Amino acid sequence: MNDSSRAGESSSSPATASKYDYSQGPPPLNINYDWCKACNICIALCPKQVFEPDREGKPLLARPENCTQCTICWVHCPDFAITSNYR
Amino acid sequence: MATAVKQKSDVILQYLRPHKKMPSVWCAGCGNGIIMSAIIRAVDKLGYSKDEVVMVSGIGCSSRMPIYLDFNALHTTHGRALGFATGVKFARPDLKVIVITGDGDALAIGGNHFIHACRRNIDITTILINNAIYGMTGGQGSPATPSGAFSTTTPYGNVEKHFEPCELARAAGATYVGRTTVYHATQMEKMIAGGLAHSGFAFIEAISNCQTYFGRLNRKGDAVAMIKSFKENAVMLGKAKKMSEEELEGKIVIGTLYRTEKTEFCDEYQRVIDSLQGGK
Ligand SMILES: Cc1ncc(C[n+]2csc(CCOP(=O)(O)OP(=O)(O)O)c2C)c(N)n1
Ligand code: SF4
Repeated sequence: MNDSSRAGESSSSPATASKYDYSQGPPPLNINYDWCKACNICIALCPKQVFEPDREGKPLLARPENCTQCTICWVHCPDFAITSNYR
Repeated sequence: MATAVKQKSDVILQYLRPHKKMPSVWCAGCGNGIIMSAIIRAVDKLGYSKDEVVMVSGIGCSSRMPIYLDFNALHTTHGRALGFATGVKFARPDLKVIVITGDGDALAIGGNHFIHACRRNIDITTILINNAIYGMTGGQGSPATPSGAFSTTTPYGNVEKHFEPCELARAAGATYVGRTTVYHATQMEKMIAGGLAHSGFAFIEAISNCQTYFGRLNRKGDAVAMIKSFKENAVMLGKAKKMSEEELEGKIVIGTLYRTEKTEFCDEYQRVIDSLQGGK
């Protein structure tokens, strides 16, 4: 894990990267794993089960193709760790 | 360093203090962060510049918010946020003043400042983060702790009655009163924008979760369980009007509860100055 915790710089976990086919364009969401505190809110509130918790309980983009850009995850993230690439 | 904003969701990052090491001090899942992002989106929607906004807070977990936000900031003493904010607004009526206060901060030690700021109808937008407990000092009961609820100072259940902050604000003279919860973050954003655009004292009660103390002592579960309980217990104002008192038991009525127009304190004062200077 790198220590870039400046605004806007997200470090993506290798597991996320491997799950997503980048030829489809950027993933629906960016997750800043350095700011995430693993509170589980996004995982629990997502109506499309886009996330799965990793070993630390932080969200992995397990089903990015399900994302409808409904904004629920990033609107409810208390640590500003999720941003969208499309909204 | 300002971050380039590509998307609406990036807007939050633009308003954070660049030198501040994130993440925040708040516990994982604490509602304070959700409220903070709703405030940013509301300010951004209204197009205010960072220099135009002053954020004033007292003491408490919730009151740590101005530390992270790149507005003009005053982190004052416990309960006195509204006193300081009145001074700021009075000296510079052109600035948009936002007060962040906790339930202990506004209703216990700051109760008097609160009712008198409402009474004067000064153009301040106050966001009371109501987590029904003193978070920062370790879970003592506050004036917003419901009867029967547990806290470290009410280990056998609270024998006192609690304040209804919105009714208190309305009775004291606030001209824009709303209640919302951290689950209803989009409504909160609209309500804060409405409060900022309103000329006069705007009071918004944001029901929040303190899972670390209130949740744990009252067996309400983790942050997710508490936020989901707000979703289940919230009733929109329109629907609540058709419900009986028994049906509303334990429910949270959300929405803009009260809105009226009255003369604003700074305007009224300016009128006095003008009339004296005009020699009339
Ligand atoms: C004059 C004074 N008295 C008491 C305190 C101790 N104190 C610090 S924060 C706090 C309570 C904060 O509770 P609340 O306003 O509900 O905010 P929360 O932490 O729940 O967000 C108290 C009593 C203080 N800092 N100053
Ligand atoms: S103690 Fe409660 S109010 Fe304070 S940061 Fe933790 S969850 Fe939030």
